[in-house]
Amino acid sequence: MGLLSDPNRRRALTNLLTRLNTPLCVVCYLAGVAWFMGLAFEPFTLRTYMSENAMGSTMVEEKFGSGERALATAREFAAHKKKADGMPVDWLVKAMQSRGLEVFTQSFSRTLPFPDENKERYMVHGTNVYGILRAPRGPRTEALVLSAPCSPGNSNNQAVGLLLGLAQYFRGQIYWAKDIIFLVNEHDLIGMQAWLEGYHHTNTTGMSWTPLHGRAGSIQAAMSLELSSDVVTSLDLVLEGLNGQLPNLDLANLFYAFCQKIGVLCTIQGKLQRNDWDTSSGYNHAVQTMLLMVLKQASGRPWGDHGLFLRYHIEAVSVRGINSFRQYKTDATTIGKLLEGMFRKLNNLLERLHQSYFFYLLPSLSRFVSIGYYMPAFGLLTLILLLRLGSLASGTEDGLAEGEQASSTGVLSVLTPVVISHLTGMALFMLPVLSQETAVEHFPVSETEAVVLTAIAIYTAGLALPHNTHRVLTGEGTEQGWRVLKLVAVLYMAVLLGCTALINFSLGFILALTLVPIAAFVTPHMPRVLYAFLMVALSPGFTLLYCVFLYQELQEAPVSLLDGWNIFLSVISQGILDHSLYGSLVYPLLSLFIYPCWLLLWNILFWK
Amino acid sequence: MAAPLTLVLIVAVTIRAVLFNSSLAELISERVEVVSPLNAWKRVVEGLALLDLGVSPYSGDVFHETPLIIYLFHFVIDYADIVFMIADGITAVALYLAVQDYNKGVFRKQKYALEADRYPHDCLELIRTPKEMYYIPLKVALFYLLNPFTILSCVAKSTCGLNNAVIALFILSTIKGSALLSAIFLALATYQSIYPLTLCVPALLFLLQRLYIPVNVRRPSFWLFTMQYAFMFLGSLSVIVCLSFFLLSSWDFIPSVYGFILSVPDLTPNIGLFWYFFAEMFEHFRLFFICVFQINVFFYTIPLSIKLKEHPVFLIFMQIAIISIFKSYPTVGDIALYMAFLPLWSHLYRFLRNIFLVSCVLLACSALFPVLWHLWIYAGSANSNFYYAITLLFNVGQILLVSDYFYAYLRREHHLTHGLYLKRRDGSEATLVLK
Repeated sequence: MGLLSDPNRRRALTNLLTRLNTPLCVVCYLAGVAWFMGLAFEPFTLRTYMSENAMGSTMVEEKFGSGERALATAREFAAHKKKADGMPVDWLVKAMQSRGLEVFTQSFSRTLPFPDENKERYMVHGTNVYGILRAPRGPRTEALVLSAPCSPGNSNNQAVGLLLGLAQYFRGQIYWAKDIIFLVNEHDLIGMQAWLEGYHHTNTTGMSWTPLHGRAGSIQAAMSLELSSDVVTSLDLVLEGLNGQLPNLDLANLFYAFCQKIGVLCTIQGKLQRNDWDTSSGYNHAVQTMLLMVLKQASGRPWGDHGLFLRYHIEAVSVRGINSFRQYKTDATTIGKLLEGMFRKLNNLLERLHQSYFFYLLPSLSRFVSIGYYMPAFGLLTLILLLRLGSLASGTEDGLAEGEQASSTGVLSVLTPVVISHLTGMALFMLPVLSQETAVEHFPVSETEAVVLTAIAIYTAGLALPHNTHRVLTGEGTEQGWRVLKLVAVLYMAVLLGCTALINFSLGFILALTLVPIAAFVTPHMPRVLYAFLMVALSPGFTLLYCVFLYQELQEAPVSLLDGWNIFLSVISQGILDHSLYGSLVYPLLSLFIYPCWLLLWNILFWK
Repeated sequence: MAAPLTLVLIVAVTIRAVLFNSSLAELISERVEVVSPLNAWKRVVEGLALLDLGVSPYSGDVFHETPLIIYLFHFVIDYADIVFMIADGITAVALYLAVQDYNKGVFRKQKYALEADRYPHDCLELIRTPKEMYYIPLKVALFYLLNPFTILSCVAKSTCGLNNAVIALFILSTIKGSALLSAIFLALATYQSIYPLTLCVPALLFLLQRLYIPVNVRRPSFWLFTMQYAFMFLGSLSVIVCLSFFLLSSWDFIPSVYGFILSVPDLTPNIGLFWYFFAEMFEHFRLFFICVFQINVFFYTIPLSIKLKEHPVFLIFMQIAIISIFKSYPTVGDIALYMAFLPLWSHLYRFLRNIFLVSCVLLACSALFPVLWHLWIYAGSANSNFYYAITLLFNVGQILLVSDYFYAYLRREHHLTHGLYLKRRDGSEATLVLK
C-alpha cells in the first residue's frame, strides 16, 4: 500500500520510469526475444513424463499380428474406392459388419462460401461411415475414437486398411471397458465436423447433415490415422488443433512412450529428435522444431483431422506415417501394435486426461516448455506497452491540467479514428465474401481470387484513411489529441494481445513481436516516409507474409518470391474458409481487432 | 436541459432495442458475469411457468426472485423487453433529478460558506463553479444509460435493472426530502435484496440535515425523527412482506429469497468473492465464514457513517459501491449503478491518485472474464483458479477505486478547512500521507 499512497515514493518511481523509459523498452524487447529463443535450449526445458496414473503403471502386451491382412484389405479398399470414384460406402458398411461392428452412416452436404482452390471443392456432398465396437466390460458410458480419412487419389488407403484390421482384432478381445468407434470420414475436416456436430447435437457452422442413428458414450480420446504407404520410416505426431488448441500433453507422452517401447522412429513437425543439444546445429534443430510448432499453432487451423475434436473437450492427436529414403522401415504390423498399445492404455483411463499440461511448446518429442516458462517471453513484450502507458499517462495528466477546455473536442478527435478504423475492420471482415459476385462480374478473376484480392484491396485502402477522414472531421490534430489517441491505442493493444496470448500463445507472441515496437515508438514527429515504410512492413498483413516465408524455410522447401506470394494468397483464402467452415477465430481477430488497432497507430503517424 | 436528456434516452433505447433483436441477446443472457442465480431471466420464466401451473414458484429451487417481481411479470411478461428498458430509463431520470437537486444544495451551502468567509483564502481553486456543475446531471444519466455494463444487464433481462430503479427512486425521494417515499422505496429495495438496508443510515442523516436537526443522542428531536423514519420503514416493509404472503399464501419465499441470499447455497461462478471461497471450504467452517462474509458487507456502515456524517450523499455512493463489491451474487448491473455516480465527484479528480491504473485494471479484467471463462469451460485447458484470479483482481480494482474516491473526498474537505498549501511547522511544503 505504501507505494500507492505515499506521494513522494510514487514521484520517485515515476521519475525513474520516465527517464529510463526508452532504454527499458529496448532491453525488454531484446530480453523477450532472447527468452523465447532460449526456450529451445535443452537445459532450460523439462523432460516429458507421464502424469496420468492410469496410463503409466500398467503393463500392456501387444499381440496384434495381422498387418499383412490389413494391407490386403487396404488394396481391396483402394480398388473399390476407384470403382466408386469416392467413398465406397456399401463396401465399407459390409466390411465393418463382417468384422462384427454396429455400423451406421451419416451423409452431409455443405456449400463453401467460395471455391476452395487448394482442395478443388465447392459443393461438398459426402458420407461418413462408422462402426461401434461395444465394450464387453464396463457400463458403455465412455468411448474412444479411431478415425481414418477417405482421401481422394491414392492416399490414406493403408490407414483405412489398418483401421479395419484393428477393428477385427479388437473385436476378439475381452478387456475393453470403453466403446471404440471406428470412423472413416470423407472430405477430411468437413466430414469430421459433420460427424462431431451430429454426435454432440450441435450445429455451429450451418452445415446440413443427417442425424446419427448410433451413439456410444462420451468420447474420452480420439486418434486420427494417416498412412499412405505399406511401410513407413517414421510416425509423425500432429498436435495443433483449431484455434491453436493443443491436446493434453499426456497423449503425446503416451505416443512417445510406445514408440520408444516398440522401437519406431517418431518425429514431430517431421523432425527427428537429436541428442547433440550442446552443438549449435543441435540447438538450431530444436529451434526449428519449436518455430514450426509456433507457426502452426498461430495459424489457428486444425493441422490434422483430430483438430476439431479438441473443441468438444476431447483429447485427440493425428498420427501420420512418413515414408522417406531412410533405410529404417516399419511395417503395418508394428504400427498396429503401437495403436493397440495406445488404445489399451487409453482404455484404462478412469477420468478424462487432465493431469498433464494443456499449454506447452515442444522443441522435441521428449522435451517440453510449459506455460510458466514461455509466458515471461510474452510478458516482457507486454511490459513495454505497460511502460509506455505509464509514461503517456503521466504526460497526458500534466497536459490535461493545463488545458481542460480542449477536452470535449479531444474526445471527438479520438473517437473518430477509433470508430472509423473499426468500420474499416468490419468491411475487411464482411466485404470479401459478400462482394465476390460483383467482383467476378467486373474483373477477369475467379471467385477465390476475387475474395483474396478484395481483402487485400480493403486492407490497402485502409492506409489512406487518416488523410481523408479525421482531418476533414476535426481539422488539424492537437498535440494533446495524439497523446490521448496513443494512450487508447496502446491500452487497447495490451488488452488485445494479452487475451490473444492466453487463448493462442503463438499468435499473441508473433503479433506482439511486430506490433509492440510500432506501438511503443510511433509519434507524429518522426521522418514520415521512413516510418510509414517501417510501419507498413510491420503491419499484420506483412507479418503473415513473413510467416509464410519462414514456414517454407523451416520446412526446408524454400520458395521464390512469386511462389511465396501465391502461397500467401492461398493462405488468406484458407484463413477465410477456416473461419466459415470450422469457426476458426484468427481471421475475425485479425480483421476486426488487430488491424483496426494498427490503423489507430497509423493515424498517429499522420496526425499532423 | 431536457432535450439532451431525451436524446440520451433515445440513443440508449435504440442501442438496447437493436441488441434485443440481435443474436447477441441470447449469448449475453447466458453470461455468468451478467446474470446471477438470483436475477436470471431464465429463472423468472421458470417461476412464472410454475405459478401458472398452480405450483409454488419456489418449489424446485430454481426461482429466487421476490413474489412482487413474479406478479409484476405475470401481467407484463409479453412486454418484458420494454419493462427493462423503462426501468433503465427511470433509473437514469431519477438519478438525473436527484443529482440536479443535490448540486443545487451543494452550491447553496458553498455560497453561504463563502459569504461567511469560512474557507481559507488559498482554496479558491477548490470552489466549484456553476459552469462546471451544469452538465453533471446529464453526465450521470449518460454514464448510467450508456455504460456497457448497464446495457449488457438490460439486454440479458437481469432483474438487477429493476432493483437499480428502486434504489434510484429511493435516492431521488431522499434528496427531495420526502421521508415517507424514501422509507417506502428503501423498504422495497430491502425487500428485493436485503443489502440496501444499510442505506437507511445515510438517508436518515440526509433527512436530519435537511431539517436542521443535529445528530445528537441527547436531543429528543433527533430520537423523534429517527423513530418516525424507522417506523415508516418497518411499517412499509411489513406491509410489503405481508402482501407477498397474501399473494402466494405461503411463507416459502422467505427461505427461498433471503435464505438464498444470506446462506449462499448456489456457487455458480460470478464476479463476486463468495463462490470460489465457499466451493473450496470445508463444510464445518462454512457457517462461520458465511457469517464473517455477510457481516463484512454490513459492517462498513458504522465507521463510514461516523466519518461521513456530514456528507450523506457521498455515504450513499460508498454504501452502494460496497454492497455491489461484497454482496453474495453480484453482477455487472450492480457495478453500473455506483459507476453512474462517478461524474458527480469529478471535482475530486485532482486528488485521485490511482484512477488511471484502476481503470486500466477494470478494463483489462472485463476483457479477460470471457477469455478465461472460455479457456476454463469450453477449451478445458484452464481451470477455475484462472477465472477466480481475474475476479479477485477485478474486485481489488473496485476497492481501490472506491477507497481512492473516499481519500480524495476527505482530502478535499481537509483542504477546505485547513488551506490548500499546507506548511510544515518549519515552513517547508507538507504532503498528506494516508497510512
